[in-house]
Amino acid sequence: MNEEIIVHGVEWTVKELFVYPNEYIYWSIQIVMYPYMTGLVAGAFVLSSLYHVFGQEQLKDIARFSLVFSLALLPVAALPLLLHLQQPTRAMEPLLTPHFTSAISAFGIVFTTYALIVLSEIWFVYREYFVNQISVLKNARGFWNRARLVVYRILTFGAHDLSEEALRVDHKAAKILAGIGIPVACFLHGYAGFIFGSVKANALWMSPLMPVIFIMSAVVSGIALCMLTYIVIMELQAFRLRRSGSASQAGEVKGAESEIITQAARYLLGFLVAAISLELLDLIFRGYTAMKSWDILRSVMYGKDFVNIFVLQYTLGNLVPFILLLLPGRTVRRTVLALVLVLFGVFMMRWNVVIGGQAFSLSFSGYMHYHIPVIPHSLETFKEGLFGALTVAATPFVLFWLINKFVPSLRRVPGET
Amino acid sequence: MSCSRRQFLKDVVGGGLVAALPASAFVFISSDEAKAALAETKVRWAFLVDTTKCTGCGFCVTACKNENEIPFDAPVTRTWVERYVVTKDGQTHADSPMGGRDGFTQREIHGQEIEPEDIDKAYFVPKLCNQCDNPACVQVCPVGATYQTPDGVVLIDREWCIGCGYCIMACPYGVRFFHPVKKVADKCNFCYHRITKGLQPACVQSCAFGARRIANLRDPDDPVTKIITTERVAVLKDEYGTKPNVFYIGLDENVR
Repeated sequence: MNEEIIVHGVEWTVKELFVYPNEYIYWSIQIVMYPYMTGLVAGAFVLSSLYHVFGQEQLKDIARFSLVFSLALLPVAALPLLLHLQQPTRAMEPLLTPHFTSAISAFGIVFTTYALIVLSEIWFVYREYFVNQISVLKNARGFWNRARLVVYRILTFGAHDLSEEALRVDHKAAKILAGIGIPVACFLHGYAGFIFGSVKANALWMSPLMPVIFIMSAVVSGIALCMLTYIVIMELQAFRLRRSGSASQAGEVKGAESEIITQAARYLLGFLVAAISLELLDLIFRGYTAMKSWDILRSVMYGKDFVNIFVLQYTLGNLVPFILLLLPGRTVRRTVLALVLVLFGVFMMRWNVVIGGQAFSLSFSGYMHYHIPVIPHSLETFKEGLFGALTVAATPFVLFWLINKFVPSLRRVPGET
Repeated sequence: MSCSRRQFLKDVVGGGLVAALPASAFVFISSDEAKAALAETKVRWAFLVDTTKCTGCGFCVTACKNENEIPFDAPVTRTWVERYVVTKDGQTHADSPMGGRDGFTQREIHGQEIEPEDIDKAYFVPKLCNQCDNPACVQVCPVGATYQTPDGVVLIDREWCIGCGYCIMACPYGVRFFHPVKKVADKCNFCYHRITKGLQPACVQSCAFGARRIANLRDPDDPVTKIITTERVAVLKDEYGTKPNVFYIGLDENVR
């Protein structure tokens, strides 16, 4: 055999004491990224639905933005799974021969359903804009404008009717889709929690609370990311306006921004409280029932992973931003810091679940330590290393930039209702 | 020909669905195959490990690796032997360097030298796939690449496994791993290619002490089945509800 021998997991796993020979950290950084990115998608969608379904008018501007942003995040929810597969060319098989006793088999179906809902909702929200663009660009010159005209022509699917009746139908359809989208978004992510929570062999993962915990923290991270990106973009707009001399317009932008952020922060705090309560309930319950696995779980949680769980996740990622957002006299800078910490906290929660769940052996008598590959020296150490994770994290912003060229989610159109 | 947009879209969606339905969605089997699939099989493979006979020589691991083409020096293996040393202070020391492939010639366990006079008891425990009646690995495979045969052995389709690792995570016994060359999930299958031809698994044949034996539970005259049904045997980790089919004689409470 001349083929290259790479034992998956050996590269980044260090064993301590008695660990079965075949045990390695098989699910590494990409499986941390998967629920993280899926959570952002679900959270962004829920935020946009707060306006579309529940009519939270204050959230109108950020709702459009987060809807488009959730589309940009969507492909990235599947990307880490693809990078993680040992046989990526067979990625379509779960759709071809789904084995329905497996939670993963539903991924393609749930994911596609959700993608269709997001896409069609965006279409109904933006159809009017597409049609308007066609008449604007009709006589425009230049390759770029002509290309845009073609794209918009395709995007309308021939539906050019802009009568009041037609727009009312559009609006209603978007509302219904947003309504259906909320449970589907929650399912998409709760299901990611189910993938972990149903693994009976893993003492840390197995918990019926896992899907609910995942949904709550998903909404937290989604709202946080939308708020953060929104603040950054709005600050940039205000900065540009100030530089071009229109200070009053800049003030207007900042005023609108502050109102939205206050409102969104309220929802963020609510979901954050729910997420932390559930996680603590899970922890207390494990300690109180003290099943066979508790000895090793305790040594991991209070010992080896103490900094990751209690310092980085609960204190720095939950408690500190909670206080920062609640203290009166909130500034933009403090909000940004709090949001970054919230995002970091949710990431650490995913890390502590995925990596922490593999930090101890099935023998309950040994430990495994994860050392993330930083400098890649093979495809595998790139895919399942720091740079693979950064690629996944950066992709939604590139996609958003691209999508936003055609579906402007941030432009404040004067006089628009 | 006139065609409304609505009709056109309907036709496109309908036609697309029909075109997308692959021929492979239908499986054609002969009547003999159908009969064989439905008939009650006369075989249910099981395994008996007599831990009191195991000396930890590791020949079974070597034989298995050679027979099943698992790269010899790769730190993964379909079967392995564990050493347990229980000392007078109540501590259990366990290890399985290279799966016990080269035997246990070092007195050290995880860097700790244990003096013979400190030992209460010590023994070896061979491990392999339990070919569970209720296999967690089969349940979680998203594509059905791992499946249970009618005679109870769990197999893996190397042409269809996507390498997601969910089965590896789901197995409470840690018997599964990624094949270092094939890049798909892999595990012990009682040497299915041998037992279905009347041969013994490689590990059974290579064991000089008779510590490993294969049994057909549906054959009441099988001598190994007789031991399993009439003597006191135990299984590993029955709390997971997987209903394992590797039975152990002399299993100690300290075995993990």
